[in-house]
Amino acid sequence: MALVKMTVNGQAVEYDVPDNTLLVSFIRETLELTGTHVGCDTSQCGACVVHVDGQSVKACTMLAAQAAGSEITTIEGIANGDELHPMQKAFHENHGLQCGYCTPGMVMSAIELVEKNKGLTEQQIREGLEGNICRCTGYHNIVKSVQAAAQEMGG
Amino acid sequence: MPEGTMNQGIGASVRRKEDKKFITGKGRYTDDINRNGQLYAYFIRSDVAHANIKNINVNAAAKCEGVVAVYTGEDIAADGIGGPICGWTPTNRDGSAPKEPPHPLLAVGKVRYVGDHIAVVIAESLEAAQAASEKIVIDLDNLPAVVDPATAIGNTQIHDEMDDNVYFDWELGDETATADALGGADKVIELTVTNNRVIPNAIEPRAAVAEYDEIEDRYTLYTSSQNPHLTRLVMAAFMMQIPESKLHVVAPDVGGGFGSKIYIYPEEAVCTWAAKKLRKPVKWTADRTQAFLGDAHGRDHVNKVKLGLDKNNKIVGLRVDTIANLGAYLSAFSMVTPTYLHGTLLSGCYDIPAIYTNVKGVCTTTVNVDAYRGAGRPEATYLLERTMDYAARQIGMDPAEFRRINFIPKDAFPYQTAVALQYDIGDYEPALDKAMEMIDYANFGSRQAEAAKRGKYRGIGLSSYIEACGIAPSAVVGTLGARVGLYESAVVRVDPTGTISVFTGAHSHGQGHDTTFAQIVADKLGVPIDSIDIVHGDTDRIPFGMGTYGSRSLAVGGTAISKAVDKVIEKGKIIAAHMMEAAETDLEFKDGKFTVAGTDKEKSFGEIALSAYVPHNFPHDRLEPGLEETAFYDPLNFTYPAGTHICEVEIDPATGVVDIVDWAACDDFGNLINPMIVEGQVHGGIAQGVGQALLENAHYNEDGQLLTASYMDYCMPRADNLPSLKIDYTVTACTHNDLGVKGCGEAGAIASPPAVINAIVDALSVVGVTDMSMPATTEKIWRAINDATAKAAE
Ligand code: FES
Ligand code: FES
Repeated sequence: MALVKMTVNGQAVEYDVPDNTLLVSFIRETLELTGTHVGCDTSQCGACVVHVDGQSVKACTMLAAQAAGSEITTIEGIANGDELHPMQKAFHENHGLQCGYCTPGMVMSAIELVEKNKGLTEQQIREGLEGNICRCTGYHNIVKSVQAAAQEMGG
Repeated sequence: MPEGTMNQGIGASVRRKEDKKFITGKGRYTDDINRNGQLYAYFIRSDVAHANIKNINVNAAAKCEGVVAVYTGEDIAADGIGGPICGWTPTNRDGSAPKEPPHPLLAVGKVRYVGDHIAVVIAESLEAAQAASEKIVIDLDNLPAVVDPATAIGNTQIHDEMDDNVYFDWELGDETATADALGGADKVIELTVTNNRVIPNAIEPRAAVAEYDEIEDRYTLYTSSQNPHLTRLVMAAFMMQIPESKLHVVAPDVGGGFGSKIYIYPEEAVCTWAAKKLRKPVKWTADRTQAFLGDAHGRDHVNKVKLGLDKNNKIVGLRVDTIANLGAYLSAFSMVTPTYLHGTLLSGCYDIPAIYTNVKGVCTTTVNVDAYRGAGRPEATYLLERTMDYAARQIGMDPAEFRRINFIPKDAFPYQTAVALQYDIGDYEPALDKAMEMIDYANFGSRQAEAAKRGKYRGIGLSSYIEACGIAPSAVVGTLGARVGLYESAVVRVDPTGTISVFTGAHSHGQGHDTTFAQIVADKLGVPIDSIDIVHGDTDRIPFGMGTYGSRSLAVGGTAISKAVDKVIEKGKIIAAHMMEAAETDLEFKDGKFTVAGTDKEKSFGEIALSAYVPHNFPHDRLEPGLEETAFYDPLNFTYPAGTHICEVEIDPATGVVDIVDWAACDDFGNLINPMIVEGQVHGGIAQGVGQALLENAHYNEDGQLLTASYMDYCMPRADNLPSLKIDYTVTACTHNDLGVKGCGEAGAIASPPAVINAIVDALSVVGVTDMSMPATTEKIWRAINDATAKAAE
């Protein structure tokens, strides 16, 4: 067992978990934050993306213990109270989601992509989201959502 | 429309009501649900394709720490639990019934595909269950695998009930007339068209949480299903033999389905059964590998096509002989997909006087194959649109023109096809013209020449499709031998304060029903959509419903809602007439108000709702209190969306890489309720079709091992594999439902694969390539180019 302490969505958390607990299980099962999803077992789909110290990370590829001491942000932590994050708003406004399963990971990846890169072209957005699979939308409206959010976020 | 309802009714791109929970991480999918004291199930699956089971020893596993129970097929059989059934069955051409060998929940005597369930370990944690599963000793006697559908017939016998591995042998159309037509044709085009096997891959893997309430003697099953009522019916009546009322099925938020979550699989049933045996909730969630191995796959047809043309290049006859791989066991729609949903579509958009098709559904040692987005119709469209293109090339005619001269003319509707269906309405040329204009077809030649200068091969490919949506009118499928049709239900409940709950049997797993259905009600009643709640996915709350598939939600489920709303309005008029002391015949309802003709008397919808629940002096012989109505709608006919998609590609001959540079789609879905949602459905469908055409393939090796059982090996389309898509519409309103709607969920997946392949063949025609199979991978294209150039050099 390992004692894991970290900050998740601004709150300090501390739990004893088996050494081999994945960060994604820690988030979903221990913290009961089920907005972060699991869509594969080979780190390919991106449904599990969260921010670890401001960086997009596939939470299924990291042990909870490795994230000890980090600041974690999940999909539940990006809105400011009732005020949605511009990326969330843009996905809603541009119909960037259908079943919603890939959405949390997609939104988290897109936020980092836009925050770290100014003046993204459509092709760069498509390449930037290559680590996230969506089976529903055909990506067209996801790309539009990210473009709209980038405008809003000063990207 | 009254204030507050502006731009929320039919035809408005209302932003989706359901989005908020999903974008904030508050969706509630099955795996998000946990019950106190729950146990975890882990299934042991066969790692060989075909074998006799000599012995299974579970003793060591049962003794492992944390393990509560280990069950095998014998335990299931001892409790008399049955397996999944095949819902619809066709009739063989000799009049006999198809073969339906049993599908035990856990294997009995034999395993028949890699992934077949052998045993289940139930433990206090998933890790404990998984660890214990490794202690199970399984003694198997291997048998030859049967993988290739083309050689399955008469190969190693897989089921005792079936000596030739043929589930059914079905036909449709006039064989003699078709033979005569082909015999008398000016030319006969022959082509073998293979529709490759793909895996649906909803991003949410299937999951189940089952529990049993001892006091009520009642089960609850949470499951990622497209149709909770069908699950309840099949599980209660055919598997567990319990009264339906004793099984409560909830399909909460479901992360995509595309067909794969229609069927009733062994895992859900085993968890439900075990929940009672162990008196504890039992949870199971598939990982992606299990999803690849165990979810029903799609497509997998081999077709021999003969198309006869007269001297004016008009089609005179079509014969299609299809072998459909159905896998090791039959799942719910597996027999209806290659027959009623495939053979009936072979006329496409074309006026074809004689058609005959024979379909053999074969058994192989691979996982079940069943309906996948489009179900039968993409397969029909692919073979027809590939053949049309191939033929146009053979006769040296522009593929658009060849299609145009063979389209069913606008004034020929209703049009009776040679394969049972009667198309109510359509107009195919405007969609073709519009799509050609959108992609600037006329100037394709100059773009091609410009690309050639850069050393690239540029190609353009068309696909004009038709589909039959809104499954299934019982009158139509009844004539084909189906024993049942599929209707949909709706309850519209108006609360005393005027808010409305709509209970529908159509399940939403991305289609946006909460919004689209609310728009219909808002439009008809003149109330804001925020006052309308759409309730679905829970068998205790909604009336019996058939669920969501076959692009049926709007055409069938939406029409049921519309009919229930009409009944609410009718009753509202009686109440209003009573309140305003007017004759019922003088009552009108418009913009949310009941008015009396020729007077200024009016009552708002809210006032009527309230008075329905606080009735005063109602004439009880003809007016009951309350305002709640139910409608069951069995459609009169299928609906027939149609259109043309055009794909333009550029190929780099040095690498074989295909770049889709442009896409234009013009679809006729009848009236649109929410164009934004419709467009999203088309996008998603196109992406799945492009995936099949370029990237995706379920590949079994000759031993029956699935080599593509992860996202490392099974190539899913990603954002950078797809272009921006141009979507537009033509409209001919459906003639036989109240809303004039046709359905849009599958069109993209139906239209797109042939458009891509036709574009690739067009691009490669410069080096003499005439055909290309799916998926047209980079390697395949590179080899085709090199083989063709080498041949030309000889
Ligand atoms: S769950 Fe698929 S990448 Fe993490
Ligand atoms: S919205 Fe369903 S997987 Fe992306």
